[in-house]
Amino acid sequence: MNLTEYLNNRLKKHKILLMTHAVVGYPSLEENWKMLEAMGEADVDLVELQMPFSEPSADGPLFVKANQDALRNGVRWKDYFDLMKSASERFNFPVLMMNYCNTAFSMGFEAYCSNIRIHGGEGFIIPDLPFEEFGELFELSRDQELDPIMLCTPTNTEKRLQNICEKGSGFIYCVARKGVTGQNTELDRHADDFLRQCRKYSNLPLALGFGLSKPEDLCQLHGKAEIAIIGSALLKTWEAEGEPGYRKHLMSLADARD
Amino acid sequence: MPTQTISPDISGYYGDYGGMFIPEILRTTFEELISAFKEAKADPEFWQSYVNVMQNYSCRPTPVTPLENFAKSLGGRFQVFCKREDLNHTGAHKANNVMGQGLLVQRMGKQRVIAETGAGQHGVATATMAAKMGFECTIYMGSVDVERQRPNVFWMEQLGAEVISVTEGTATLKDAINAAMRDWAESMETTHYVLGTTCGPHPFPEMVSWFQSIIGHESREQMLKLNSKLPDRIYACVGGGSNASGIFLPFLEDESVELVGVEAGGHGIDSGKHAARFSGGTVGIAQGYKTYFFQDDEGQMLHTHSIAAGLDYIGVSPILSHLHDKKRIRFTSATDEEVISATKLLIRTEGIIPALESAHAFASVIEEARDIPDGAQVLINLSGRGDKDIFNIAEAIGDHKWQEFLEKKALKS
Repeated sequence: MNLTEYLNNRLKKHKILLMTHAVVGYPSLEENWKMLEAMGEADVDLVELQMPFSEPSADGPLFVKANQDALRNGVRWKDYFDLMKSASERFNFPVLMMNYCNTAFSMGFEAYCSNIRIHGGEGFIIPDLPFEEFGELFELSRDQELDPIMLCTPTNTEKRLQNICEKGSGFIYCVARKGVTGQNTELDRHADDFLRQCRKYSNLPLALGFGLSKPEDLCQLHGKAEIAIIGSALLKTWEAEGEPGYRKHLMSLADARD
Repeated sequence: MPTQTISPDISGYYGDYGGMFIPEILRTTFEELISAFKEAKADPEFWQSYVNVMQNYSCRPTPVTPLENFAKSLGGRFQVFCKREDLNHTGAHKANNVMGQGLLVQRMGKQRVIAETGAGQHGVATATMAAKMGFECTIYMGSVDVERQRPNVFWMEQLGAEVISVTEGTATLKDAINAAMRDWAESMETTHYVLGTTCGPHPFPEMVSWFQSIIGHESREQMLKLNSKLPDRIYACVGGGSNASGIFLPFLEDESVELVGVEAGGHGIDSGKHAARFSGGTVGIAQGYKTYFFQDDEGQMLHTHSIAAGLDYIGVSPILSHLHDKKRIRFTSATDEEVISATKLLIRTEGIIPALESAHAFASVIEEARDIPDGAQVLINLSGRGDKDIFNIAEAIGDHKWQEFLEKKALKS
């Protein structure tokens, strides 16, 4: 079963799916594992693991600090892929790699794809790699049966949106608004219009990310998007309330799927 | 209107370098910028309006000064000239780029500008342009640089700019660029990002080098007028690469002219504490473009070091990387120590105080003097003046009277 089929299957059970996120090595690899266990127990649908980078230009202050601290903690490719492997073996949810372009470029696109496959990942998200720059990455990911997740944004022209959607694989990652990760998003008419536009050009499930935090945000998206992506909000909770608060927040989000 | 000697391909590449590695959210903004720049570039009136502004507001054409005493102190076998970008309004070649982009912002009808700054020169230049042209202005500056360059921070604020001290990462130029990009990802409808150097995603390298090429076009004419021939060698310091691109590019097709880029050698290449990307860097992709970066074997950027904040940067212009690989430009480096003694020599022999950045180019001429042929004519780009570096130069020279003055001042307040 490929990623899209898996997601469509899950959608028979839930009105919307939940995708969560962790920066590998922040606050620590041990705490990452606790987060993943909590995600497993909440039966989260999909998880993206972010490889830290020294120049995370699409991230907001919270993730910038997380990237920086993870690198200071000494996280290297090996630590990242070890965690990816353990997570994909231990839990039911599929795991995606999220990283900045230089990681894939430094590894070499071929090694990058085979590493994700070997360690149990199902696809990847590279926020600073537009499709024009993919080159052989499309073919290499097909060889390894990986889904390159495409991002589209409300500032894209109609033509470009169509172009991105046509190249999409797995699902489409819809960035809800301008700016970087970790700020609030008003789920207004503009977001609805944007999702409707994406729908016009793709049959794949639509994931909405950037600034979602509360169970109500998920409920509002029922019938409009298939996947809600929660990143910063959960990390904020972990930092403020530790594991118990994190679990509670995660459960409330998981419950809001139905 | 001058012709450009090197242009990127349709995807913004110079050979293997450059490109547009940008988040999708910025795509439309970049497309708009590309088309606005393309139109402006094709419009002879735009270039003329740029030249007019630079003449009326920034002392252009800046002179070429023969440095007879300096040349004599190196043995007197060859002649040395310098292009006086230090005489620009705000004291450096940075004025060229910001006034050019300012005119473009007016054409695009935006009301706010943002910029990153390392040494503070580009920040001051941008804040000056914003004051003159009536734009709102925010400057991002690494907190380490804010410490090193307080006088520039003072002036930016006086000029009405908001200066945001960036504490992330290494708290230097590269982090200021990341912060400015983040601002732009939210504010692009009303805001233009005035990138300060020939780096970053397409079309910035092309655009900034186009404005800066005014340095080389003038130099070419001036050297021909002075000597009836082109110079044999041209030296320029290389941080991001804007002053070097500016003076080099108009000479690209003159094969007899040797072009020498001087990077920051810091404590020496062997120490690892430097910013010489062509000596210690490898090809990577970051901050929106592909070039030589100072990075580890997993693509994480490393700390750079230079006595000159303006050279203290992980990447280098994709145009220069391309010309490096093609061997059209030779790259070398000068250490902090060599730079201080070059600064002293230029001050004493010519009465010119160079910026520490620019002094790198002079240091290399001193270092290579032995190998410069008899009768050769050497042109050095004096990209900026050094008064702004008074705190750093005084400290490096170890001037006791200055130290006492500072202590007394501190006690008084």
